[in-house]
Order: sequence, then structure tokens, then C-alpha cells
Amino acid sequence: MMKRDECLKALARHVTDADIVLPVYSTAFDWIDIRPHPLNYLSHGAMGLASSHGLGLALGRPDRRVIVLDGDGSLLMNLGSLVTIGEIAPKNLFHFVCENGTYEANGGHPIPGRGTVDFAGFARSAGYRAVHEFSDLKIFEQRIGALLAEPGPVFVDLKVVPSGPQERDYSRLHGPHVRKAFREALAVGR
Amino acid sequence: MQVSASTEGPALHGGSIIREITASGIEFVVSVPDITTSEGLLRPLAQASAPKLIRICKEDEGVGICAGLAYTGKRALLLIQQTGMLDSINAIRGVAVEYALPICMMVGLLEKEPGVPPRQSKRYGVRIVEPILDAMGIPYHEIETDADLGKIKPAIAEAYAASHPTVLLIGRRPA
Repeated sequence: MMKRDECLKALARHVTDADIVLPVYSTAFDWIDIRPHPLNYLSHGAMGLASSHGLGLALGRPDRRVIVLDGDGSLLMNLGSLVTIGEIAPKNLFHFVCENGTYEANGGHPIPGRGTVDFAGFARSAGYRAVHEFSDLKIFEQRIGALLAEPGPVFVDLKVVPSGPQERDYSRLHGPHVRKAFREALAVGR
Repeated sequence: MQVSASTEGPALHGGSIIREITASGIEFVVSVPDITTSEGLLRPLAQASAPKLIRICKEDEGVGICAGLAYTGKRALLLIQQTGMLDSINAIRGVAVEYALPICMMVGLLEKEPGVPPRQSKRYGVRIVEPILDAMGIPYHEIETDADLGKIKPAIAEAYAASHPTVLLIGRRPA
């Protein structure tokens, strides 16, 4: 198992200023401290829709990499999006899931199928071009650069444990200023 | 099974709806099949080169996809049935209404009687649609015959100009 924030720090070293990143819930609070950036897309509502927002962004801006940092509980709420993404197959979409086996943002209760559900298998059978699983940070650090150069859609299952206590100020995700900053940053150079 | 367009009263033509959609700048139609619009609208859309049809598994996915597209400046239409709209209320509430995004929905009214206003339908699932949209503060427009086609383009233009959702209610099977 890897600590989630350490995984995200490794990923952040390979994310460019042109990339759009969609982190969800607990991952989002880690990410916005590790890599604050106006192209962090943080307002995707609830109920697991981040991957769908990501697909829309990937279709609308094929010139940019779109990186979804999903949660396992979130993905379970929107498993059909794997099939939709597999069919549309946007080359610029990278779909990570931070698998910690819990609904961490809602009390840490276990997800259904914890420890047995096969997210990578779902993505593979849904038609993602490449599927990876990591539980060792050193191996992830070695491979993340090459992985982000692959044609998408790419799915990456990160076996993680929580980073530690978080201060969850949801206005940092859902505030109107967040969406305004994203909209303006995305419009630059269009 | 062959499904025919309603022959009761004035007609609604799918080709004319598609022309209005295209004239509104819609580049993507995101859809779960709906029996009201299946033959007269979705099938010809599927055969057309534009707008691009995105087939999805569940309607709330479409709310997210349309939101992402909206940020990129691409216009999209979510073509669904009212059952799917009702299933997606939380996504519409959060993403379309509270985030103030131009999520444009074309919603087939399953089992609505042609020529009968939705609020006067004998079907509970039809009668509740407009009151729910009223409660959510979402503008809507009834598209019952070709005479209503002129509502489509202004509704979509207004949604994008003011950045809010809009719903176009399809009240009979288009020919």
C-alpha cells in the first residue's frame, strides 16, 4: 500500500501547466495543497460524476491531457462511465482511482466489495486502451512518466491508504471562485 | 417492433427538430434512448455525421459530460426520457442549477397523451415533471407540434447566454 499524498506528489512532478486535473473528495483536498492550479477542476457535484466531467472536457479540448483522480467509492457510483469512456476512447483521458476501500469523506465506512472488487478488470473489459495497477510507490514513481505519454484512455488503480487528517473546507472545491478561475484559465490560448 | 409516430392531431417532425438543434450550434448530442424520440429523432441523429452522438449508460453521466463540454465552449444537448431526468435530479440540482451551467435537456415524455398538456396527463410520471422543474427553478418549453419548433433555438441560446439549464419537453413521438 502507498500513502495517497506520496502518490499524488509523484504524479504532480509529471503534470504540466496545460493539463486539466479533476480530483475528487479526499484526494482533492490532498491535491489542491500539493499542486494548487487554476486548471484543477474541482466542482463536479457529487455521486461519482468526475469521470463524466472529464470525458466532456477531453472531448471538448483534445489538445490537453485530462487527468481524473477518482475515488473507489465515487467510481462505484458511476461504473457505467467506464463503458462510455471505453467506447468513445479519448486519447487524452487518464483515469486514476485512489483505492482505499472506504467512503473516506463520509465517515470511512467500507465500500461494497472492499478487497475483492477488481477496478482494473472493470476498466480492461470496458475497453480502456491501457490499464495499470500500483501498490509500490517506487515502481509507480518509475513508471508514471511513461504512463502519461501513452494514448488514452488509460486507467490506473492506485492501492492507497489515507494521507492523514484533513481540514475539509468544501468552499475550496465548490465555491464560485473556483469555477471562475478554471473557466478563465481554460480560455487562455483557446 | 415497429413504432410509428403519433397520428393524432398536428404532427411533429424529427428532421425539423434536428435542423433547430443544428442551427442552435449543438455539436454533441448525449443520449440514453427514449421511446418517445427513438425512431423520429434519435435514429436519424445516429445516422448523421453531425452533431456527434455520444451514447451513455445513465442519464446523470450525461449531465457531467455536458458540463465538461460547456467549459470548453462546446454546445451539447442531453436527449433523454423523463424517467432518466427524474433519476438524475441530484446531478441536475448540483451541476446544472447550483453551478449555473448551460445544461440543455431534450426530454421525451413517456406515455404522455398527444395534445394533452403535461400537467393534465393521466400519467402521474408525466404530471409531476413541470412542477418539479418549477420547484428547481429550471425553465422549460413544451414541444408538441411543429408550431413549437421556434422555441428550441431561443431556449438554447438563452441557456448559454445566461449560463443556466433549460428543458425542452417532447410531448409526442416525432414523425
